[in-house]
Amino acid sequence: MMRMSRPTVVTEWRRPSAFPARWMGPALGLGLAAFVLWNLLSLQVDPARVSRGLGRAWIVFGRAFPPDWSRWELLVEGVIESLQMAALSTALGVLIATPVAVMAARNFSPLGVYAVGRGIISLGRTFHEIIVAILFVKAVGFGPFAGMLTLTWGSIGFFGKLLAEQIENIDRGQVEAIRATGAGPGAVLVFGVLPQVLPRFVGLTIYQWDIHLRQSAIIGIVGAGGIGTTLYNSFARYDYDFSLAILLVIVAIVLLGEAVSAAARRRIQ
Amino acid sequence: MLEVAGLVKAYPGGDQVLRGVSLTVKATEVVFVIGPSGAGKSTLIRCINRLVEPDAGSVRLDGVEITRLTGAELRRARRHMAMIFQEFNLVERLTVMENVLSGRLGYVGLWQAWRRRFPPEDVELAFETLKRVGLSGFENKRADELSGGQRQRVGIARALVQRPKILLVDEPTSSLDPKTSEAVMALITRLAAEEQIPALINIHDVPLARQFAQRILGLNQGVFVFEGTPEDLTPAVLDLIYAGAGEELTSALGALSVSDTGV
Repeated sequence: MMRMSRPTVVTEWRRPSAFPARWMGPALGLGLAAFVLWNLLSLQVDPARVSRGLGRAWIVFGRAFPPDWSRWELLVEGVIESLQMAALSTALGVLIATPVAVMAARNFSPLGVYAVGRGIISLGRTFHEIIVAILFVKAVGFGPFAGMLTLTWGSIGFFGKLLAEQIENIDRGQVEAIRATGAGPGAVLVFGVLPQVLPRFVGLTIYQWDIHLRQSAIIGIVGAGGIGTTLYNSFARYDYDFSLAILLVIVAIVLLGEAVSAAARRRIQ
Repeated sequence: MLEVAGLVKAYPGGDQVLRGVSLTVKATEVVFVIGPSGAGKSTLIRCINRLVEPDAGSVRLDGVEITRLTGAELRRARRHMAMIFQEFNLVERLTVMENVLSGRLGYVGLWQAWRRRFPPEDVELAFETLKRVGLSGFENKRADELSGGQRQRVGIARALVQRPKILLVDEPTSSLDPKTSEAVMALITRLAAEEQIPALINIHDVPLARQFAQRILGLNQGVFVFEGTPEDLTPAVLDLIYAGAGEELTSALGALSVSDTGV
């Protein structure tokens, strides 16, 4: 029982450290600071080069004004190609990524299937789109087909991972109730899982389209079609005024895509 | 008839939750299981329909050994064991009708389930059952629009349309207020009697068990320590069933009263 004569009074309490020992937190902070400093030194950040670069940038910028809209047919062609790439790759990507996401949801798939699903997602996320685009351009040649394949590939990693996380976060009770009726795995998905992830599924699809729209402008630079290829060609020919026109259009498309995406997702939540 | 014998279950890294549990629920009998939180009541029910895998023991429903079934056989057996849940466990974003019809999912193909095309007799049964639980006209409401009592009645309807051989009921009233609890319990026992379905009902509300039970089992730390009628539930028996429950709380209260008087 409690000792009444000398009650021990504790007046100090500190939050338990996230690290095994308390000194490790500050040590990690110091280490990171040293690492950043070392990087700065070894990258040879040179003020002289920065100022020269700024000067050159100013020349390019000057030659870009005013933007040249005379070749608008080329521009429109590129934009349409980019839009098509984004739409098609989103549809295909979601179609492929959905079963992968189910495989990669730990609460739904047995360990073996889960490992395969996670593996596919990791593979899809390993390389940046630019690298994947270079590979696909080598494989199937220049043009929007390579771009479409690139973006679809990216979907498997991105959409698959996020959807798998959504499936892992659903309410288990609802799934348990459906299982308890004797429903098979397919019916459990349709009645227990899908209704819970559907709003996020639609939201993620729109978000994925939005991302693809932006990426389609970039991967064109390595020859994968779309407005990016048009941009790269104009740079290569020093037609900076046309480049500026293209850049302005890309900005407009990205803003438009973002607005559509935001509005659509607001309605779903 | 449900026969459970020597059921044992331990969760990984934990103590045994069930330490050799045996019980029988006869043809049209309603059996109540009472006991403190953590006694193993929920685990017991989930071991019967194998939402939780028991480590040892046998579960037989009308002579069929459940513990050895796999895959499609197990799912076929589950169709005959309808479950009612503490948190209702309705699919929140689906309509009341879809939730009720989900009780028939063991009988329809995946394509039918996807398109919500259940056989006419299933739909008729669902409408009729909704009426019996007092929710006529609620079929197109979404489950998350309903109150707690209404949700549990949907849960009861979902269980009934399975046309089960037994009802497994896990704390059906813990998420409800006292008055709704009584109504829900009355509904479950009345429908079980009308349909002549036996039921195994977990409950920790002793007065409610007294009110509705014919036979009561007392579970404490994974073993049955009592079996009898509501009249047999004397204070001494309740002490036995709830022995060890809330010990931390009791000692905390003890410490509180000591410091109250001491300072």
